[in-house]
Amino acid sequence: MPSEFRLPALGADMDDGTLVEWHVAPGDRVKRGDVVAVVETDKGAIDVEIFLDGIVKQILVSPGTRIPVGAVLALVETDVAAVTATGAGTDTAAPISAPAATPAPAAVVPPIRTDRPRISPAARRRAQELGVDAASLQGTGPGGSVTTADVERAQSTVEPSQRPAPAAVAEGAEKAERSGMRAAIAEAMSRSKREIPHYYLSTTSDVTPAVTWLASHNASVPVAQRLLFAALLVKAVALACRTHKGFSGFYRGGGYEESAAVHVGVAVALRGGGLVAPAIMDTADKTLAAVMEDLRALVTRARAGRLRASELAAPTIILTSLGDAAVDAVFPIIQPPQVAIIGAGAVAERPWVVAGSVVPRQVLTLSLGADHRVTDGRLGAQFLAGIAAKLADPASL
Amino acid sequence: MTDPIRITYREAVKQSIREALDKDPRVFLMGEDVGKYGGCFAVTKGLLDEYGEVRIRDTPLSESAFVGAGIGEGLGGMRPIVEVMTANFSLLALDQIVNTAATLCHMSGGQFPVPLVIRMATGAGRQLAAQHSHSFEAWYAHVPGLRVVEPATIDDARGMLGAALACPDPVIILEPISLYNMEGELTAAAGTVRLDGARVHRAGKDLTFVTYGASVWRCATAAEALAAEGIEAEIVDLRSLRPLDDATVLASVRKTRRVVIVDEGWRTCSLAAEIAMRIVEQGFFDLDAPIARVCTEEVPIPYPKHLEDAALPGPERVVAAARRLFSDAQ
Repeated sequence: MPSEFRLPALGADMDDGTLVEWHVAPGDRVKRGDVVAVVETDKGAIDVEIFLDGIVKQILVSPGTRIPVGAVLALVETDVAAVTATGAGTDTAAPISAPAATPAPAAVVPPIRTDRPRISPAARRRAQELGVDAASLQGTGPGGSVTTADVERAQSTVEPSQRPAPAAVAEGAEKAERSGMRAAIAEAMSRSKREIPHYYLSTTSDVTPAVTWLASHNASVPVAQRLLFAALLVKAVALACRTHKGFSGFYRGGGYEESAAVHVGVAVALRGGGLVAPAIMDTADKTLAAVMEDLRALVTRARAGRLRASELAAPTIILTSLGDAAVDAVFPIIQPPQVAIIGAGAVAERPWVVAGSVVPRQVLTLSLGADHRVTDGRLGAQFLAGIAAKLADPASL
Repeated sequence: MTDPIRITYREAVKQSIREALDKDPRVFLMGEDVGKYGGCFAVTKGLLDEYGEVRIRDTPLSESAFVGAGIGEGLGGMRPIVEVMTANFSLLALDQIVNTAATLCHMSGGQFPVPLVIRMATGAGRQLAAQHSHSFEAWYAHVPGLRVVEPATIDDARGMLGAALACPDPVIILEPISLYNMEGELTAAAGTVRLDGARVHRAGKDLTFVTYGASVWRCATAAEALAAEGIEAEIVDLRSLRPLDDATVLASVRKTRRVVIVDEGWRTCSLAAEIAMRIVEQGFFDLDAPIARVCTEEVPIPYPKHLEDAALPGPERVVAAARRLFSDAQ
C-alpha cells in the first residue's frame, strides 16, 4: 500500500503553489529529508523535502500545475519489503502527467505571472485537461496568442514521449522563475501595505564600540572565521526580541501570536533581481560564530536558488540591511504575517558629540517598521533602543 | 398555420395591431399622428377608418401626457398600445415610463401592475438625422420593472405585440426604423411568439455574433462574407433586451469561443458592455480571443448618407472585427 506524498505548507500563509520541477522519477529511492521537487510559491521557488522513506511509485502532478496545499503530489511505496517481493515496485506504465490524477480543475487557477505568454482562457483550460505545456506553443490567435485549436493540434502531433523534457524548457524557466518572484514580491508587499497599518521609528546611535570590537576580533581569528557587522546586527535584533514582546511573531486570523522561538530572517538581494529573506533558525540561542556561519550559507544558497522551504517560512522578524548600498536609513515594509521589520543603513563615520566635544564616531541608523495593530510607538521605541543597547555592548553578543 | 406569405415588416406590425384590436375590446391605440395621418411610418395607415377614433386616437404632441394617460388606462383595466414616434421623443416620457410605469407594481406590493405596451421606432439608416435616429435600448434595458423587446424579423414583428399585451408588466417594443420596408416570409401567420429568450438566427461554429434589431441583418451580411473565407459565424438575435437571455448567448460562446457583439447603441455604457461582462462572468474560460464590440460611432447620428453609414456598425466593420479574432495576419 503506497503512501501519499502531499504538498506541505511551505509558508505560514501559503494556500497553493505551482510545481516547477521534479527531482525524482518513478522508481527512485527516496529517504526522509531528500529534496524531491521544486514548488513556486509567493515567496519564490522552494525546494520541497519529503518525509517518507521508500520508492517513488507514481508521480501525480506535472510541472506547471498549480496545486493546493495538501494535494497528493506522488505515491511512495514505503513498504520496501513488498517492493522487493513483487520485483518491480514502480508503475512505469503510468503516464508522467496523467490528467485524471491531477486535482479537480476547480482548484486549479493559472499561476500569477507578469510576463505571461498569451494563452486564451479556453486554451489554458484545454491545455490542463490534455497535459500540454501551452506556454511552449507557437500561437496562431490574435496577437500571437495560443488558442484551443493550437493546444489540440499540439496534443495530436506530439507523442507523450516527445513532450518537452524539463531540460528543454529550462531556458525559459529561469526567466519565468525571476518574474514569478517579482510577482510574488509585488503581491506580498501590496498586501502588506494594504492590510498592515505600519508605523516607523528610527534611531541613530554610536556603534564605534561594536566596530572596534569587530576589528580586534577579526584580527585574532583565521580569515574563514571572521565576522561581518551584519552578524552582530542579527544577533542584537534576536536578543532584543527576547526581552521586547510584540515584534517577533505572526498576525493571523485577527490576532497576534508571539513566537516562542526567535528566527531572524535576513533579506538577501539576488543578482538577477528579486529578494528573499531566509531565516537563521533560533538566532538568539546561537553563538556569533554560528550566526555568521548560517548567514554565509544562506546567502550562498539564496543566490544559487537553493533555499529550503523551512528557511523561507520560518522568519518571525526580518532584518534588511542596505549598508553596502551606502544609504543612511531604510524604511522597510513588513512581510505578512510578520509584524515587524528592522532596517539598517550604512555604518559611517560622522561628527558626534561626546561629553561636550564633537568627535568622529562610527554611527548607524536603525529603523523599525512595525504593525500598529500589535504594538504602539512607545514599545517600538523601547525595542529599537534595546537593539542599540546590545550593539553598544558587543561582548554580550 | 397557413402557407408562408411575403409581407413587409411594417405590414407585419400592422397585422399584429389589427389582430389585437379584433381579439380584445380593451385594446386601443394612441399616439401622435397615428389616426388621420396613418402613422409617421405608415404603420397604422387605414386603421382609423376600420376601427374609428375611439380605438385609434390621435394625441396632442406631449409624450409625457399621452404615455401617462396610457398608464392610467392600463391601471383602469384597458389594454393600451401607445405609439411614440421615435425613441428620441420617448425621452420626453421618460419620467412616466421610469418613475411611474416601471414602479407602481413594485410600490403597491403587486396590487397595481401596469399592462401598458409602448411601441417606438428606433435607430438610424433612413437619413432622419440626430433627433430621430438614436438607439436608447440600453436606457430602457437598465430599468427594473420594464420588459424591453426588439423584433428583428417579420415573425417577431407580427408576434411580439400579442405577447406584450398578454404580459402584466409594461413592455417597450422597439421597432427599427430601417426595417419597416424589409420584406420577408411570415412563417407563423397568426402566431403569438414568446416575449423573452434569444434566438439563434444563423448557426455557425467558429464565431458568435451577439446582436439585436437591425444589426441582426448587418451580421447576416457579414456572416455571408465570412463564410466565403471559411469562417462560419453564428448569429444570436437577443430579441429581449430586458431580461437578457444569458443561457442562449453562453451556449453559443461555449461552442464557438469567439464573440463579436454588434450593437447600434453607442459603445460607452452600452448593452454591448453589459453583454460582454456577462460573458466574462460566466464564460471566461470558454474564450479563445478577447470579446470584440462593433457599435455606433460616438457621435450624434449624422444626416448625410455617407456619414450616417460610416457611423453605423455596418457589415464591413463587423467583418473586420471578426477577422481580428482569428489572427493578426488577416
